[in-house]
Amino acid sequence: MNNILEVKNLKKTFHTKDGEIQALENVSFELKDQEFVSIIGPSGCGKSTILSILANLEPKSSGTINIKDKKIGYMLQQDSLFEWKTVLENCMLGLELEKKATKENKEKVIKLLETYGLKDFINEYPNHLSGGMRQRVALIRTLATTPDILLLDEALSALDYQSRLAISDDIYKIMKKEKKTVIMVTHDIAEAISMSDRIIVLSKRPAIVKKIYDINLSNKSTPIENRKCKEFSILYDKIWRDLDVHI
Amino acid sequence: MSTYSKEHKLYLQKQKKEKRLVTISRLMIVILFLVIWELLSKYNVINSFLSSRPSEVLKTIITLWQENTLFMHIGITIYEVLLSFAIATIIGFVVATILWRYEILAKIIDPFLTILNSLPKVALGPLIIIWVGASINSIIFMSLLISTFITIITIYQGFKKTPTTYITLLKTMNANNIQIFTKAVLPSNIPTILNALKINISMSLIGVIMGELLVSKSGLGYLIMYGSQVFNINMVITGVVILGIISYIMYFLVEYLENYIKRKRGL
Ligand SMILES: Nc1ncnc2c1ncn2[C@@H]1O[C@H](COP(=O)(O)OP(=O)(O)OP(=O)(O)O)[C@@H](O)[C@H]1O
Ligand SMILES: [Mg+2]
Repeated sequence: MNNILEVKNLKKTFHTKDGEIQALENVSFELKDQEFVSIIGPSGCGKSTILSILANLEPKSSGTINIKDKKIGYMLQQDSLFEWKTVLENCMLGLELEKKATKENKEKVIKLLETYGLKDFINEYPNHLSGGMRQRVALIRTLATTPDILLLDEALSALDYQSRLAISDDIYKIMKKEKKTVIMVTHDIAEAISMSDRIIVLSKRPAIVKKIYDINLSNKSTPIENRKCKEFSILYDKIWRDLDVHI
Repeated sequence: MSTYSKEHKLYLQKQKKEKRLVTISRLMIVILFLVIWELLSKYNVINSFLSSRPSEVLKTIITLWQENTLFMHIGITIYEVLLSFAIATIIGFVVATILWRYEILAKIIDPFLTILNSLPKVALGPLIIIWVGASINSIIFMSLLISTFITIITIYQGFKKTPTTYITLLKTMNANNIQIFTKAVLPSNIPTILNALKINISMSLIGVIMGELLVSKSGLGYLIMYGSQVFNINMVITGVVILGIISYIMYFLVEYLENYIKRKRGL
């Protein structure tokens, strides 16, 4: 398989009134088509920054990024649902901006909402939703514009453990079914191992790539099942030590 | 809605009762105030020549009505207020939008806006008459001076405080500036804009009356000015009372609009 995304020697310094903050020191990695890659690293090390640069929200300081004509969908750390729009209207936002809010597309979005347990809330306003529901709406809003590469920033962090497991299974299935390529930022080592093909471990700020793990679980299936694999705890241990604050 | 539980019905009943109590109490206060005022001046506890009395005010209103000038005065004042309100709203909205789009411009003119807004506009009265002439234009000009700057400032402050996550989200979807404005800045600021309209309508009324006190041949401000010049306190108080009623109705209308929009947006 060929790479659809290549990041080389990416460097980022933020300039503010109070001075400069170097967020990324030197980050390189590549992404193959339909791969599921997790980025894990200490809080504030620059994970969101990488996604922001990939999504063209922030300029990079130096380095090269090669994206092969692919559409990027970004699910932000905050759900940012518009409180004055219904669930359906929120999910139509991207399509509206692209002037593709056709009847067929609307049907597709409704179908997505129904499939992911939001059938009864399609015409509700976001302030009537639980945290988990909001997160799912945000995901569907991102999927609605059918991006090729999905950037998920702590997509599940707002959820309780139960829904988190269930939704990580859901997300994984959707991504595989829709043949998406995914970069997921997370704090959760277990989540990263259970869902990813590869894990990129970052150092403390300013971030460099500390290690990249290929996840080859012996009988790989869904994220929940993957947690039962015998390699799971060994990997968990290794990554845990990589992240150790004392190192 | 017969499906409500007994408890919920009791709750609704209590709400209704409370609402009725508020309405009745308000009416009682007005009536009590009028009766005491009437009695105090009738028994000469207060000087009815200087402080008028409700029955005299009523008589004055009837006289004005019979002379066919009552609604002319009211109409002119309302016309001027609405005209000034409309112009100030448009200018305020457009300028606030430009300032939001070009932040550097906002930074540059910030102190000038503050000075213009806090300057006591009455001080400019004589100048306005000289510049604009002793006509309705002066009244509108005075009113705009009072209402426009605060409208610009209020709307712009709201635009500036649009949550950045909304804007970031739209940027992830490759939205352009116009889309960011129409999809996030404007809809998230509907409450701010309604608030600006409330301030604007009050300021326009103040401005118009101030203008009418300076130059005019009609309107409620004129009525008050003329009344005081010929020492007809009844006429002055009548003008003030009608003004009070008008300002309440205007405020009520904007608030009605506010509630209507809130309900429509499911808030
Ligand atoms: N717009 C900005 N201006 C200035 N500094 C910024 C900006 N965005 C991020 N930073 C700084 O860059 C560093 C990395 O931020 P980033 O949000 O990428 O971290 P993160 O790894 O996503 O953290 P978390 O796990 O808490 O979400 C932080 O120190 C942060 O303060
Ligand atoms: Mg982050």
